Amino acid sequence: MNGAPLSLRETLAWGALGALAFVGFWTLITTSGLVPRQFLPSPLDLVQRFFHLLTSPFAGATLPEHLASSFRRYAFGVLLAAAIGIPLGLLMGWFRLLDDIVTPIFDGLRFIAPIAWVPFAALWFGTGIGGPVMIIFAGAFPPCLINAYRGARFVEPRLIEAARMLGTGNLRMILEILLPAAVPSIVAGLRVSAGLGWQSLVGAELIVAAAGVGFMMVQAQGSVQTTTVMAGMLAIGLVGMLIDILLRQGEAWMRRRRGLDS
Amino acid sequence: MGSIRFQNVDKVFGASQAGVKVLDDINLEIGEKEFVAIVGPSGCGKTTCLRMVAGFEAPSSGTITVSGKVVSEPGPDRAVVFQQFALFPWKTVRENIDLGLRNKNLPAAERDRLIADALKLMNLESHAGAFPHQLSGGMQQRVAIARAYVLDPDVLLMDEPFGALDAQTRVVMQEELVRLARVNPRTVLFITHAVEEAVYLADRVAIMTRRPGRIKEVLDIKSVRLAENWDRFARIEDVMDQESFVHLRTQIWKSLREEKGAQGV
Ligand SMILES: Nc1ncnc2c1ncn2[C@@H]1O[C@H](COP(=O)(O)OP(=O)(O)OP(=O)(O)O)[C@@H](O)[C@H]1O
Ligand SMILES: [Mg+2]
Repeated sequence: MNGAPLSLRETLAWGALGALAFVGFWTLITTSGLVPRQFLPSPLDLVQRFFHLLTSPFAGATLPEHLASSFRRYAFGVLLAAAIGIPLGLLMGWFRLLDDIVTPIFDGLRFIAPIAWVPFAALWFGTGIGGPVMIIFAGAFPPCLINAYRGARFVEPRLIEAARMLGTGNLRMILEILLPAAVPSIVAGLRVSAGLGWQSLVGAELIVAAAGVGFMMVQAQGSVQTTTVMAGMLAIGLVGMLIDILLRQGEAWMRRRRGLDS
Repeated sequence: MGSIRFQNVDKVFGASQAGVKVLDDINLEIGEKEFVAIVGPSGCGKTTCLRMVAGFEAPSSGTITVSGKVVSEPGPDRAVVFQQFALFPWKTVRENIDLGLRNKNLPAAERDRLIADALKLMNLESHAGAFPHQLSGGMQQRVAIARAYVLDPDVLLMDEPFGALDAQTRVVMQEELVRLARVNPRTVLFITHAVEEAVYLADRVAIMTRRPGRIKEVLDIKSVRLAENWDRFARIEDVMDQESFVHLRTQIWKSLREEKGAQGV
């Protein structure tokens, strides 16, 4: 990067200036009448719509209710990814044979974007809870697996030798040596997983027929309600940011506890 | 129980054709409860010798036996004390010492007793609940020694265990090790760069040639120590003042100097 590092205050000031300029430019376009309101609402319209949706239902539910139903699917998908990805990654990090068997399959599958799983997920798991969860799972799974695997694979060899010399068996080696050694890597992976899972959400909800922010947005699109569509985007962005901030805090706390950062 | 035997051991790293020969026809016998130190130029293969006894590496040819059994894999009968301690950072002192005992499936009451003894022996009682990163280097190495001793191993393998410690801590640890060897004698294979440490601690000192390492000569220290009664001194500096000590030290120095000279360093 070019230039001297800025103080926190300066960074915040420039960030606020950027946001302000963005909103100002946007307001200018909408008020100038260049673009019809129907296609691009003003920032104020958007905020008003957003607060309106918080309390009055659209497509059968209020925005918080849609978010809650989205979040259930999301949590389910991410937890499933963690519950399968982390143990599998650790096992692959310890057993060479498993690594050799799984890696080619995994490398082939992980370049299929979560959204590309939509038709398949709908066919196989339906549009109830199964399909959307599978799509979120597809987004959240790779970082869980890769980070657990790397964490286990790059444990200091000396520690593994020490454990072997102490007569440690496979199960205890994985649970008491590889897992704790891999925790920083796993937590970093979980954060990425949580982000990717949330990003896959709307794609997942394109095929849901009942509720969810994605469902709400698709309904709004059907009746050409751009403001509602954008309010949905705003909600997704805000919740995503919130999740990221919380997980960053959690990661920092874990690293401090481990004595990794001071 | 507890003898170590190298028989015609060669070690080549890499493919057998293009590989580098590190050890050449090592023959050495370490008797039960004997303390043998290996000294030699850097890179001559000392660590490799120890790692083969531990079971982390296999000889390219020849055999290594411990207590009459050919070594094939690591195990708690051959406890290792590493230069960089290799304690588990997420386990407390107590849990670090406990792991090997749990692996032996000993009942909790017996483990508690053994851990208490080990903590006492290494003056660690007040640190049982501490994590390694909260301890000084000397303390950490005490934990590593306690973790090895508590297994009641046939042999102890120590690769420059005091190499990472400052000079003062090092002296304290050397004296502790001598004390420990009296309370609880073990077969020890000890690797060091410090000639004085070797003479002070060992019954015999094996000197290796530069790479490919061979055993150049083996000096008997024990007979001198007994004849000169070094044990009457509690402190290392008093032993080091003895003419007999100085003589042995110089002899080893000269032998090593020849190797370094031959290496052109
Ligand atoms: N795993 C390995 N693969 C290839 N070469 C190795 C390996 N381990 C050690 N060597 C080489 O074997 C030689 C002997 O190494 P070793 O660590 O046994 O020496 P050392 O006598 O312990 O040296 P030092 O006194 O510096 O600790 C060195 O040249 C080293 O580079
Ligand atoms: Mg070495």
